[in-house]
Amino acid sequence: MSARERVAGTVANYVDERTGAAAWMKKNLQKVFPDHWSFMLGEIALYSFVILLLSGTFLTFWFDPSMRTVVYEGSYQPLKEVEMSAAYASTLHISFDVRGGLLMRQIHHWAALIFMAAIVVHLLRVFFTGAFRKPREFNWILGIGLLTLGIVEGFLGYSLPDDLLSGTGLRIAQAIIQALPVVGTYLSFFAFGGAFPGEAFIPRIYTVHILLLPGIFLALITVHLMLVWYQKHTQYPGPGRTEKNVVGYPLMPVYMAKAGGFFFIVFGVTAFLGAVASINPIWLYGPYTPGQISAGSQPDWYMGWLDGLVRMAPPIETHAFGHTISWNILIPGLIIPGILFTGMALYPFIESWITGDKKEHHLLDRPRNVPNRTALGVMALTFTLIALINGGNDIIATHFSLTINQIMWFSRIGIIVLPPLAFVITKRICLSLQRADRELVLHGKETGRLVMLPHGEFIEIHEELTPEKRYTLTQHEQPKAIELVTEDAGGVLNPKGIRAKLQARFSAANAENIAKPTAAEVKELEGGHH
Amino acid sequence: MKFISKYRRHKGALPILIMLALTGLGFTFSAATAAPASNTMSASAKSTLVEEGQTIFLKGCSSCHGLNAEGGAIAPSLIGVGAASVDFQVGTGRMPMQDMSQQAMRKKPVYNDEQVAALAAYVASLAPGPASLTNEQITWERDGNTADGGELFRNNCAMCHNFAGQGGALTQGKYAPTLMGVEPKHIYEAMITGPQSMPVFSDKIITPEEKLSIIKWIKAAESEPNLGGASLGRVGPVTEGLLIWVFGLGLLIGIAVWLTAKAR
Repeated sequence: MSARERVAGTVANYVDERTGAAAWMKKNLQKVFPDHWSFMLGEIALYSFVILLLSGTFLTFWFDPSMRTVVYEGSYQPLKEVEMSAAYASTLHISFDVRGGLLMRQIHHWAALIFMAAIVVHLLRVFFTGAFRKPREFNWILGIGLLTLGIVEGFLGYSLPDDLLSGTGLRIAQAIIQALPVVGTYLSFFAFGGAFPGEAFIPRIYTVHILLLPGIFLALITVHLMLVWYQKHTQYPGPGRTEKNVVGYPLMPVYMAKAGGFFFIVFGVTAFLGAVASINPIWLYGPYTPGQISAGSQPDWYMGWLDGLVRMAPPIETHAFGHTISWNILIPGLIIPGILFTGMALYPFIESWITGDKKEHHLLDRPRNVPNRTALGVMALTFTLIALINGGNDIIATHFSLTINQIMWFSRIGIIVLPPLAFVITKRICLSLQRADRELVLHGKETGRLVMLPHGEFIEIHEELTPEKRYTLTQHEQPKAIELVTEDAGGVLNPKGIRAKLQARFSAANAENIAKPTAAEVKELEGGHH
Repeated sequence: MKFISKYRRHKGALPILIMLALTGLGFTFSAATAAPASNTMSASAKSTLVEEGQTIFLKGCSSCHGLNAEGGAIAPSLIGVGAASVDFQVGTGRMPMQDMSQQAMRKKPVYNDEQVAALAAYVASLAPGPASLTNEQITWERDGNTADGGELFRNNCAMCHNFAGQGGALTQGKYAPTLMGVEPKHIYEAMITGPQSMPVFSDKIITPEEKLSIIKWIKAAESEPNLGGASLGRVGPVTEGLLIWVFGLGLLIGIAVWLTAKAR
């Protein structure tokens, strides 16, 4: 019995003597997780969520979600006797008159930014390594759901203080609601309880922000993690790692320590940021009134790309039958994000349709070995990044001595031209990396040592790879293109028609790879001269 | 003192004493002769100042604004813009313009205060316009109200100059400059003359007292300590997002790599 098993056994025994859960605990405490830094990205999101719950609870003790007009009498002098909503006044109160209040507010906001950023990098890791493949499609969709909810939750959160900046954001949100054809105006009236901004919205989104969405988050995160538990964690390929096992360390004690420690590190980094860096200084923004606006009004970064899309949209409107359809809001504000998120959610199914791959996968892909997927991911990233840059166009313009118009035109053209370009370049880089891998397996590592042979020829000494390394580089399967069957043996046309054609085409592009070295090739070279 | 008395019979003591006395005498003389000269300057007739201004104008400004300040293809007429305009444009270094880009930028002034005053007197002599002001006339500390100024600022100024007066972008490379570190008289003059893309805020739209409140609020924003820690430029969420990705997430990923590194 190893030391680890003994520890798990002791703990299980202690609990068992009291609850009788030994067997279950012993099994689960010894559950093995693979070890890799990229598997801890989701943990960052999880821990920031815990921080958000704790710091958020603190903030609710003093926040007053009311649009009642009050006259400020707190200790921040530049706003003395200014009329404002109780929501804004109570946020000022938290910031300046509650001990530790400003620190907690800043921790809460920084944690929200880390939460969203960690979700995004976690999603990228899952995407680029193919961890979403069967049997994990549902968990991928749950993840997309969490990302979407996170964006909404963050937006509602920073809208609550009713400051000048967040009010501007709400006004844009209202514009996007109104841009919905036919029902938009009614929906807006329904959401705001009348005309903008009204008295109803802040109390409403408060309930959604602190009760409904966190509840849904908790439920979804639980299912998300239970699925990981049940389906077991994926692992990177390597010797001894198969589709049927998991190589790593047990939960108790290794991951209890690592994950527990990591929680405190995340908390520490967030608290440090909250202590030293100002975030959302609402006292500088001032209270919201619809007649005011500040130059350089921006949303938080996870909304920034949406703002950037709206900013670059040309002013197109249609007037018909007494209705106005604002395409300039509708397309960037609703249609494009809709397509992006739906496409993202459905991607596992799309890929499995293209590859015809219905097998279970527990070993991850190296991004270079799936050039099409990797290129698609970089393409989507490029698109979002250009939109994000345009979202900050005014700040970029003033700080880099550019003009807003230049940046806008760069974005307008770039968002169409650059993503396909990114696709092609990424795919070429992937193929070239595959070629490098092939070279490495067949000829070994270049050592840089040149040797002159007796007859005057120079050769470079290549160091052979270890068998483990060689295995890791060649264990993956390369997809084969699905052959197009236009008609069967009896001359009957394929009923799938155009769908079969599309599938064949996509799968041919997907199968475009550099052939990995075969065992025969390796053997042949081993017998060779170098 | 012991140090000095110890060397009083030193060989070099006499020459050094004579040198010191001569230098002292020289400074006293130059100070004595300079003082009456500056007195005569301020006492001199206004026309002298105008003439002096015209001389500077012909040398430094007329190539663009025309020999009689009537304007030209690349520069506007200065007839009727008033001394306030000159004091703002030249006093903040915007004029003479560094290059013909979208907008004149604030830089180290080319002319000193007397020359600016002379130029202002000359331009004011062409046609009546808003008079220039001195910082002493702008009694913002006494007559302004910070909170009122904040409301006025957010209503009239923040849309271009940003919520904290940090400046912002306008179209085609034009911009609203930062208001930090600007002299009170220049802020006031900008409001009454409307330089470049800025509108004129006449005394009917914003009363003189309200203008003082705005200045008081700007000065309060300028001197306000960064209450929440590093200000990140007071430009809103863009720099916050940059910090969280580069520092926050960068650090956390670095720690994740460290936590999962193989023990050697």
